[in-house]
Amino acid sequence: MFVAPAFAQEADHTAGETHTETGVAEGGHEGGFPPFLVETYPSQLLWLAITFGLFYLFLKRVVLPRIAGILEVRSDRIAQDLDQAARMKEDADAAVAAYEQELAEARKKAAAIAQEARDTAKAEAAAERRKVESGLDSKLKEAEARIALIKDTALSDVGTIAEETAAAIVQELVGGKVDKASLSAAVKAVQQQ
Amino acid sequence: MATDPIHQFQISKLIPIEIGGLDFSFTNSSLFMVATVAAAGAFLYLTTSSRGLVPSRMQSVSEMSYEFVASMLRDAAGSHGMRFFPFVFSLFMFVLVANLLGLFPYFFTVTSHIVVTFALALLVIGTVLVYGFWKHGFGFLKLFVPEGVPGVLLPLVVLIEVISFLSRPISLSVRLFANMLAGHITLKVFAGFVTSLGALGVAGAAGAVLPLAMTVALTGLELLVAFLQAYVFAVLTCMYLNDALHPGH
Repeated sequence: MFVAPAFAQEADHTAGETHTETGVAEGGHEGGFPPFLVETYPSQLLWLAITFGLFYLFLKRVVLPRIAGILEVRSDRIAQDLDQAARMKEDADAAVAAYEQELAEARKKAAAIAQEARDTAKAEAAAERRKVESGLDSKLKEAEARIALIKDTALSDVGTIAEETAAAIVQELVGGKVDKASLSAAVKAVQQQ
Repeated sequence: MATDPIHQFQISKLIPIEIGGLDFSFTNSSLFMVATVAAAGAFLYLTTSSRGLVPSRMQSVSEMSYEFVASMLRDAAGSHGMRFFPFVFSLFMFVLVANLLGLFPYFFTVTSHIVVTFALALLVIGTVLVYGFWKHGFGFLKLFVPEGVPGVLLPLVVLIEVISFLSRPISLSVRLFANMLAGHITLKVFAGFVTSLGALGVAGAAGAVLPLAMTVALTGLELLVAFLQAYVFAVLTCMYLNDALHPGH
């Protein structure tokens, strides 16, 4: 009750002032410090409300949902790509595991083949050696037989030579012929000692 | 007029409109509000129109500002705070683009007027109050009663909390307004030195190099301030909204 008329008066006063001021304000700024000129406030507030209000509505209705959508689509896409990458990695891991298993199998097989080859080679070598050894044995026996034969012939030759020599010596010393039978018996007797 | 550092804040009517004895004219300030909204809206709209899965440079600027504000709000007010995301994002973009546009010579800075920043701050605090009471009823008043304070100190603490709450719209609006105002006045003063020294002949022109360099440096600084103040405004908005969402803390 008390304030209202006073305010109304003041409002009238400022409104009146505005009119006088606009005439002067064209040339310089007689009205004082511009931010404190109360008569400019209604206009500024109204236009701020209009512009900021429209700006708010525009951002809220159009721009922000759009940016949010863009960001959401992107994060979805990234998640999807990550999923796919994980799946691919799994596949790759499985392939690596299969490969390694195959490799191990192949290695095992190779080892088996090598072992087999080694065994055959060893068996063959052993057989060969046995064959060679038996050949050597027979040759050795043959050689021994021949040596024995040669020795026998040599020994029998020794008897004949000794007889002839003894006959020759006796003939030289005694001067008479010695009976061949007694001579060979004597040589045999010496040989047997 | 050219060297008057205050002149840039002058509001001039472009289309006079008067309703019920109040002046609602379309002014240079209104024009730049429209320009701010149009520039920000068009940028965000056009850069995202291709909806690229792999964003273009400009699209990623829009996306970065989106995610920047979103993470700011989520950090300060939790996931419940995301219902205020359009509001905080609009505030941030509006203040940022208004500040940046104001850096162009001969452009009007919308945020250099206390009534604009105060209106935005009141909008924030109003949102906090309305949502706080709507969501928590009188439980919202727990905001002013911190837990674990001894009974003797409680009245004093509550008084301090109430005063700090009431001073929020003032500090929020004055911070932005004063930064913009002071920055533009400083720029204008240094730029004015350049012209007035340059008018003094060769020696003056040589001496004008110093304020010119200063003006260039200050422009860079103002660019930082323009962003920083928009950021601070948005961060504080997030923190105040957190009070409305979780008054117990």
